[in-house]
Amino acid sequence: MWQAIRRWFDPRELRAVGSTPDYRFSLANERTFLAWLRTGLALVAGGLAAAQFLPPLPLAHLREVIAVALLLLGGTVAVRAVDHWARTERAIRLGEELPASRFPAVLALAVGLGALLLVAAVLARALGER
Amino acid sequence: MTADRQPGKPADGPRPPAGGSGQPQRDPGLQPERTRLAWRRTALALTVIMILTVRLALTADPPPGDALGALVAGVAVLGWGATLAVCWRRATGAGPARTDGRSLPLVALATAGYALLGTVLATRGLW
Repeated sequence: MWQAIRRWFDPRELRAVGSTPDYRFSLANERTFLAWLRTGLALVAGGLAAAQFLPPLPLAHLREVIAVALLLLGGTVAVRAVDHWARTERAIRLGEELPASRFPAVLALAVGLGALLLVAAVLARALGER
Repeated sequence: MTADRQPGKPADGPRPPAGGSGQPQRDPGLQPERTRLAWRRTALALTVIMILTVRLALTADPPPGDALGALVAGVAVLGWGATLAVCWRRATGAGPARTDGRSLPLVALATAGYALLGTVLATRGLW
Protein backbone atom coordinates (compact mmCIF):
# COMPACT_ATOMS: atom_id res chain seq x y z
CA MET A 1 0.00 0.00 0.00
CA TRP A 2 2.80 2.45 0.89
CA GLN A 3 4.43 1.57 -2.40
CA ALA A 4 1.28 2.54 -4.28
CA ILE A 5 1.14 5.88 -2.44
CA ARG A 6 4.81 6.52 -3.20
CA ARG A 7 4.13 5.75 -6.86
CA TRP A 8 1.37 8.38 -7.04
CA PHE A 9 3.85 11.04 -5.98
CA ASP A 10 6.68 10.00 -8.27
CA PRO A 11 6.01 11.14 -11.85
CA ARG A 12 9.34 9.77 -13.04
CA GLU A 13 8.28 6.23 -12.29
CA LEU A 14 5.05 6.78 -14.20
CA ARG A 15 6.95 8.21 -17.18
CA ALA A 16 9.41 5.35 -17.20
CA VAL A 17 6.98 2.85 -18.73
CA GLY A 18 5.74 2.76 -22.30
CA SER A 19 5.80 5.76 -24.63
CA THR A 20 4.54 9.31 -24.17
CA PRO A 21 0.97 9.39 -25.50
CA ASP A 22 -0.82 12.10 -27.44
CA TYR A 23 -1.03 14.85 -24.81
CA ARG A 24 -4.81 15.09 -25.29
CA PHE A 25 -5.23 11.61 -23.83
CA SER A 26 -3.27 12.63 -20.73
CA LEU A 27 -5.35 15.78 -20.34
CA ALA A 28 -8.61 13.84 -20.73
CA ASN A 29 -7.40 11.46 -18.02
CA GLU A 30 -6.55 14.43 -15.81
CA ARG A 31 -10.00 15.97 -16.32
CA THR A 32 -11.66 12.66 -15.47
CA PHE A 33 -9.64 12.64 -12.25
CA LEU A 34 -10.76 16.20 -11.49
CA ALA A 35 -14.41 15.30 -12.11
CA TRP A 36 -14.08 12.41 -9.64
CA LEU A 37 -12.33 14.71 -7.19
CA ARG A 38 -15.20 17.20 -7.36
CA THR A 39 -17.60 14.31 -6.78
CA GLY A 40 -15.63 13.54 -3.62
CA LEU A 41 -15.60 17.22 -2.64
CA ALA A 42 -19.39 17.37 -3.10
CA LEU A 43 -19.81 14.38 -0.77
CA VAL A 44 -17.49 16.01 1.80
CA ALA A 45 -19.50 19.24 1.50
CA GLY A 46 -22.68 17.22 2.10
CA GLY A 47 -21.17 15.71 5.24
CA LEU A 48 -20.01 19.09 6.54
CA ALA A 49 -23.45 20.57 5.83
CA ALA A 50 -25.23 17.67 7.55
CA ALA A 51 -23.05 18.14 10.63
CA GLN A 52 -23.89 21.82 11.04
CA PHE A 53 -27.24 22.49 9.36
CA LEU A 54 -29.31 19.43 10.35
CA PRO A 55 -31.24 19.75 13.60
CA PRO A 56 -30.59 16.98 16.15
CA LEU A 57 -32.57 13.98 14.90
CA PRO A 58 -34.97 11.84 17.00
CA LEU A 59 -32.69 8.82 16.65
CA ALA A 60 -29.62 9.24 18.86
CA HIS A 61 -26.49 10.28 16.91
CA LEU A 62 -28.21 9.76 13.54
CA ARG A 63 -27.03 13.20 12.41
CA GLU A 64 -23.42 12.32 13.25
CA VAL A 65 -23.74 8.96 11.48
CA ILE A 66 -25.03 10.63 8.28
CA ALA A 67 -22.29 13.26 8.41
CA VAL A 68 -19.45 10.79 9.02
CA ALA A 69 -20.73 8.39 6.33
CA LEU A 70 -20.78 11.18 3.72
CA LEU A 71 -17.36 12.48 4.81
CA LEU A 72 -15.69 9.06 4.66
CA LEU A 73 -17.34 8.29 1.32
CA GLY A 74 -16.00 11.60 -0.05
CA GLY A 75 -12.48 10.87 1.18
CA THR A 76 -12.61 7.39 -0.34
CA VAL A 77 -13.76 8.77 -3.70
CA ALA A 78 -10.82 11.21 -3.75
CA VAL A 79 -8.19 8.58 -2.92
CA ARG A 80 -9.71 6.09 -5.38
CA ALA A 81 -9.67 8.82 -8.05
CA VAL A 82 -5.91 9.29 -7.85
CA ASP A 83 -5.29 5.53 -7.88
CA HIS A 84 -7.52 5.10 -10.94
CA TRP A 85 -5.82 8.05 -12.65
CA ALA A 86 -2.38 6.48 -12.13
CA ARG A 87 -3.51 3.08 -13.41
CA THR A 88 -5.20 4.66 -16.45
CA GLU A 89 -2.12 6.76 -17.25
CA ARG A 90 0.00 3.62 -17.11
CA ALA A 91 -2.40 1.71 -19.38
CA ILE A 92 -2.42 4.59 -21.90
CA ARG A 93 1.38 4.67 -21.95
CA LEU A 94 1.59 0.92 -22.48
CA GLY A 95 -1.23 0.85 -25.05
CA GLU A 96 -3.20 -1.58 -22.90
CA GLU A 97 -6.90 -1.80 -22.16
CA LEU A 98 -8.05 0.86 -19.73
CA PRO A 99 -8.57 -0.52 -16.20
CA ALA A 100 -12.13 -1.59 -15.52
CA SER A 101 -13.66 -0.72 -12.17
CA ARG A 102 -16.66 -1.68 -10.09
CA PHE A 103 -16.39 1.48 -8.05
CA PRO A 104 -18.85 3.69 -10.02
CA ALA A 105 -21.54 1.00 -9.71
CA VAL A 106 -20.90 0.55 -5.99
CA LEU A 107 -20.96 4.31 -5.39
CA ALA A 108 -24.17 4.71 -7.39
CA LEU A 109 -25.86 1.92 -5.42
CA ALA A 110 -24.69 3.38 -2.10
CA VAL A 111 -25.94 6.88 -2.95
CA GLY A 112 -29.25 5.50 -4.31
CA LEU A 113 -29.76 3.35 -1.22
CA GLY A 114 -29.01 6.29 1.08
CA ALA A 115 -31.51 8.45 -0.79
CA LEU A 116 -34.18 5.74 -0.53
CA LEU A 117 -33.59 5.43 3.22
CA LEU A 118 -33.97 9.18 3.64
CA VAL A 119 -37.18 9.20 1.57
CA ALA A 120 -38.54 6.42 3.81
CA ALA A 121 -37.55 8.36 6.93
CA VAL A 122 -39.18 11.58 5.70
CA LEU A 123 -42.39 9.73 4.73
CA ALA A 124 -42.53 7.88 8.05
CA ARG A 125 -42.18 11.16 9.91
CA ALA A 126 -44.84 12.91 7.80
CA LEU A 127 -47.30 10.05 8.32
CA GLY A 128 -46.51 9.85 12.03
CA GLU A 129 -47.31 13.53 12.52
CA ARG A 130 -50.81 13.28 11.05
CA MET B 1 3.44 -0.22 -29.15
CA THR B 2 0.81 1.38 -31.30
CA ALA B 3 2.23 3.02 -34.36
CA ASP B 4 -0.48 5.63 -34.76
CA ARG B 5 0.47 7.40 -31.55
CA GLN B 6 3.17 10.00 -31.83
CA PRO B 7 4.57 11.80 -28.85
CA GLY B 8 3.10 15.24 -28.35
CA LYS B 9 1.11 15.32 -31.56
CA PRO B 10 -2.60 14.94 -32.09
CA ALA B 11 -3.38 11.47 -33.32
CA ASP B 12 -5.17 12.64 -36.43
CA GLY B 13 -2.33 14.85 -37.57
CA PRO B 14 -1.71 18.56 -37.26
CA ARG B 15 -4.36 20.93 -38.55
CA PRO B 16 -3.88 24.45 -39.83
CA PRO B 17 -4.56 27.21 -37.34
CA ALA B 18 -8.13 28.45 -37.35
CA GLY B 19 -7.53 32.15 -37.77
CA GLY B 20 -4.58 34.08 -39.18
CA SER B 21 -1.22 32.70 -40.12
CA GLY B 22 0.73 34.35 -37.31
CA GLN B 23 -1.09 32.53 -34.52
CA PRO B 24 0.46 29.52 -32.86
CA GLN B 25 -1.05 26.20 -33.75
CA ARG B 26 -3.84 25.29 -31.37
CA ASP B 27 -5.83 22.20 -30.60
CA PRO B 28 -9.31 22.56 -32.12
CA GLY B 29 -10.68 20.47 -29.26
CA LEU B 30 -9.48 23.11 -26.76
CA GLN B 31 -8.13 20.39 -24.49
CA PRO B 32 -5.70 22.61 -22.53
CA GLU B 33 -8.40 25.25 -21.99
CA ARG B 34 -10.89 22.66 -20.77
CA THR B 35 -8.32 21.23 -18.40
CA ARG B 36 -7.50 24.70 -17.02
CA LEU B 37 -11.18 25.38 -16.41
CA ALA B 38 -11.58 22.00 -14.70
CA TRP B 39 -8.80 23.01 -12.29
CA ARG B 40 -10.58 26.32 -11.63
CA ARG B 41 -13.83 24.54 -10.85
CA THR B 42 -11.94 22.27 -8.48
CA ALA B 43 -10.35 25.27 -6.74
CA LEU B 44 -13.81 26.78 -6.34
CA ALA B 45 -15.19 23.58 -4.80
CA LEU B 46 -12.20 23.46 -2.43
CA THR B 47 -12.96 27.01 -1.29
CA VAL B 48 -16.54 26.03 -0.43
CA ILE B 49 -15.21 23.07 1.58
CA MET B 50 -12.76 25.29 3.46
CA ILE B 51 -15.52 27.77 4.39
CA LEU B 52 -17.85 24.97 5.56
CA THR B 53 -15.04 23.42 7.64
CA VAL B 54 -14.16 26.74 9.30
CA ARG B 55 -17.81 27.46 10.02
CA LEU B 56 -18.31 24.01 11.55
CA ALA B 57 -15.12 24.41 13.59
CA LEU B 58 -16.03 27.79 15.06
CA THR B 59 -19.82 27.60 15.52
CA ALA B 60 -20.79 24.13 16.71
CA ASP B 61 -22.21 22.81 19.98
CA PRO B 62 -19.26 23.47 22.29
CA PRO B 63 -18.89 27.19 22.95
CA PRO B 64 -16.84 28.96 20.29
CA GLY B 65 -13.25 29.62 21.26
CA ASP B 66 -12.35 26.08 22.24
CA ALA B 67 -8.83 25.03 21.31
CA LEU B 68 -9.78 22.15 19.01
CA GLY B 69 -12.06 24.33 16.88
CA ALA B 70 -9.42 27.03 16.52
CA LEU B 71 -6.75 24.45 15.65
CA VAL B 72 -8.92 22.76 13.00
CA ALA B 73 -9.93 26.12 11.51
CA GLY B 74 -6.27 27.12 11.25
CA VAL B 75 -5.30 23.85 9.59
CA ALA B 76 -8.26 24.18 7.18
CA VAL B 77 -7.24 27.68 6.09
CA LEU B 78 -3.54 26.82 5.72
CA GLY B 79 -4.33 23.64 3.79
CA TRP B 80 -6.67 25.59 1.55
CA GLY B 81 -3.93 28.10 0.73
CA ALA B 82 -1.42 25.39 -0.13
CA THR B 83 -3.88 23.38 -2.23
CA LEU B 84 -5.13 26.47 -4.04
CA ALA B 85 -1.53 27.27 -5.01
CA VAL B 86 -1.26 23.80 -6.57
CA CYS B 87 -4.57 24.25 -8.43
CA TRP B 88 -3.60 27.69 -9.62
CA ARG B 89 -0.31 26.49 -11.04
CA ARG B 90 -2.17 23.93 -13.14
CA ALA B 91 -4.94 26.39 -14.04
CA THR B 92 -2.68 29.18 -15.26
CA GLY B 93 0.68 27.52 -15.86
CA ALA B 94 2.44 27.79 -19.18
CA GLY B 95 2.61 24.07 -19.84
CA PRO B 96 -0.83 22.56 -19.38
CA ALA B 97 -0.03 20.00 -22.05
CA ARG B 98 2.00 17.97 -19.60
CA THR B 99 0.34 16.36 -16.64
CA ASP B 100 2.72 16.74 -13.74
CA GLY B 101 2.34 13.80 -11.47
CA ARG B 102 2.47 15.53 -8.13
CA SER B 103 -0.45 18.00 -8.27
CA LEU B 104 -3.05 15.26 -8.59
CA PRO B 105 -2.21 13.18 -5.50
CA LEU B 106 -1.74 16.41 -3.52
CA VAL B 107 -5.27 17.68 -4.16
CA ALA B 108 -6.69 14.18 -3.59
CA LEU B 109 -4.91 13.96 -0.23
CA ALA B 110 -6.16 17.45 0.67
CA THR B 111 -9.72 16.27 0.00
CA ALA B 112 -9.19 13.22 2.20
CA GLY B 113 -7.71 15.55 4.83
CA TYR B 114 -10.84 17.71 4.85
CA ALA B 115 -12.92 14.54 5.20
CA LEU B 116 -10.85 13.64 8.29
CA LEU B 117 -11.09 17.15 9.78
CA GLY B 118 -14.84 17.06 9.21
CA THR B 119 -15.09 13.65 10.91
CA VAL B 120 -13.23 14.97 13.95
CA LEU B 121 -15.52 18.02 14.11
CA ALA B 122 -18.76 16.12 13.48
CA THR B 123 -18.05 13.67 16.30
CA ARG B 124 -16.44 16.04 18.81
CA GLY B 125 -19.65 16.25 20.82
CA LEU B 126 -19.39 12.51 21.47
CA TRP B 127 -15.97 12.34 23.10
